[in-house]
Amino acid sequence: MTVAPAPTLDELRARVDQMQGRPAAQPVATHPAFAGLLQLQTGSSYAVDSASLAMALMAGPSADGAWCGVVGSAEFGLEAAAAAGVELRRTILVPDPGEAWLEVTAALIDVLGVVVVAAPAEISGKDVSRISARLRQRGAVLITYGDWPRCDARLSLRDAEWVGLGRGHGHLQGRRVTVEVQRGTAPVRTGQLWLPDRAQVIRRAEQEPTQLRSVS
Amino acid sequence: MVLWAPDWPIVAVESSASTPAAVLHKGHVLACSQAARAEGVRRGMRRRDAQSRCPGLALHDYNPDADARAFETVLTAIEELSPGVAPLRPGLCAINVPARFYGGEAEAAAVIAERLVRLGVWDVRAGIADGLFAAEQAARRALAQDSLVVPPGGSAQFLRDLPVDALDDESIVGLLRRMGLLTLGDFAALAPADVHTRFGTHGELLHRMARGLNPQPISRRQVPPEFEATLMLEPPLDLAEQIAFSVRTTAEKFVTDLAGHGLVCTTVLIEVDTDGSLATSRRWMHPRWFGPTDLVDRVRWQLSVDGVIRAPVDAVRLIPEVTEPLGDHADSLFGGGPDERVERGVARVQSIVGHEAVVSVSVQGGRGPAERQLLAPWGERPVAARAVGLPWPGSLPPPAPATVYLEPQQAMVVGAEGQAIGVTGRGMVTGEPARFRAAAGQDWQPVASWAGPWPVDDQWWDEVAARRIARFQVVGVDGSAYLMIVEGGSWWTEARYD
Repeated sequence: MTVAPAPTLDELRARVDQMQGRPAAQPVATHPAFAGLLQLQTGSSYAVDSASLAMALMAGPSADGAWCGVVGSAEFGLEAAAAAGVELRRTILVPDPGEAWLEVTAALIDVLGVVVVAAPAEISGKDVSRISARLRQRGAVLITYGDWPRCDARLSLRDAEWVGLGRGHGHLQGRRVTVEVQRGTAPVRTGQLWLPDRAQVIRRAEQEPTQLRSVS
Repeated sequence: MVLWAPDWPIVAVESSASTPAAVLHKGHVLACSQAARAEGVRRGMRRRDAQSRCPGLALHDYNPDADARAFETVLTAIEELSPGVAPLRPGLCAINVPARFYGGEAEAAAVIAERLVRLGVWDVRAGIADGLFAAEQAARRALAQDSLVVPPGGSAQFLRDLPVDALDDESIVGLLRRMGLLTLGDFAALAPADVHTRFGTHGELLHRMARGLNPQPISRRQVPPEFEATLMLEPPLDLAEQIAFSVRTTAEKFVTDLAGHGLVCTTVLIEVDTDGSLATSRRWMHPRWFGPTDLVDRVRWQLSVDGVIRAPVDAVRLIPEVTEPLGDHADSLFGGGPDERVERGVARVQSIVGHEAVVSVSVQGGRGPAERQLLAPWGERPVAARAVGLPWPGSLPPPAPATVYLEPQQAMVVGAEGQAIGVTGRGMVTGEPARFRAAAGQDWQPVASWAGPWPVDDQWWDEVAARRIARFQVVGVDGSAYLMIVEGGSWWTEARYD
């Protein structure tokens, strides 16, 4: 009796996707600063804990021609978003959807490439699965500011270090942060980022070589 | 018949008639309310002159889109009474007089005026005459909520004594005055051939208007055709599956009727009657458009909810709420335009949360981060109050804060001994900040680094709007950075660099 070679997990997944009639996840243009840390994919949701991180994630698809929508955040800093690389002409803001935030988010997922949602304090599992089904069907990317159950990856900022500001002199110029990407149960990936650097560009921070000092 | 609502821009901004208000366009008064007129404010007056005549004047910016939108409700209301409304401009529209139905021209005008007053348009005047121009002039001379009827064939008589200014064409009116022709009667008395020789085709058109002839027929709005589809069930049915099966032909007819007019339905209202009264009504939206099977599904879903069908169903109605041209939805040869798709999607969001709740964004000039945000309702052109390219002394260099609070949050900043920190009149800080709290509910934390004050003396020439503030950047030991302002000794958090 011959045994057929066991299909790999990826093949099985692709076959299930095919049978369910949904498009396989496609990679989405991602800001080069996230190379090696995170690759955005259609139909996925990402939770971030900082507004500028959400802007940096939006910047990749937005510069690539995608339309972006921001739901539930009237405090979205437009100038910072523009500086991060978000095209404001292709950005739609729904500052206060009130009770209808779920309908508004679902309607925007239908037509936009990226939807940023300020996650409400309480969200039911049913609503989450409805939104993720819509995301997969429409091939959009969801970025949630605040915690979101069952998201594909969680990004958080750590060890923010500002440069340019002293005690009573100077002004804020750049920020060096550590970004942690937690994807399911996989090991946490971390990377050093300038968010932004002194030239207002978001980029990876290279490891500066350790300065050796002669001691004898 | 011409219906005229005076000062429509004022009515559209919904200020009450008793308070003086004016709408400005390019620094000049475009329209003013009755109360403002009583104080001496006139059309065309400069902003400062108008304010000096009437210090309590409430000023609004001219927004033609909002005017037209507000007038749309009036047109719809008139259309319910008499079809074929021709909108001339916001505040002015013409219809054929439905005199026979209401028992007379004045009576018809009274019915329409009553309907509009119920809608909240208090001041509406009707003018009835043979021609459009004469009717408009009659409307302008009617009393509020009343009508002025020019008898048939009497237009020339009526127009004869009016001043030439009624023609509303500055260049020709000025010329006629200088020629000594002060009334429309004088102008009408000229021979048409002479008028054509001297004033050209446009002048001839005005001459025909002055003689009471009707030079241009009005172009009426088409009443939208009826697309509602009804299924009468005889005998009544009470199983959702049975009803869904029966509704299929109705749904097909509904879709074909729309397609015959080049339309597709994207939002449908499904109403179900039991025992001759409305049992359930629900609005369904479709991301693309409704086909017959989609409609049948929606009917089934609506009826499958427990407790909806308590008695046998005897009618199902499909009412199209939103229809869109078929061409917008057709797949084009080289792929559909994504932007149109986005526009339709956003229009649907606007139908959920309201027109103003969806905004398009850009950046404008200003000193504070909140002033630099520019939000405009989606579909309207954003008008920047301040140019972004100017230097704006006092504004902070980049990076810009990622979170800009709508309302500044009350903050506390103290020195090492817990003493309050402030800014002197000369713009010096009174001590070194040691600990701070960014908002009322947050924890205190030590200051890692700070800078400031950057004083801003904003609009010192305006007593009400003048502000003297000083900005600080404060970074806490946990790496959170804030933009704070000091105003009159108290600290506020304006924005956060998060």
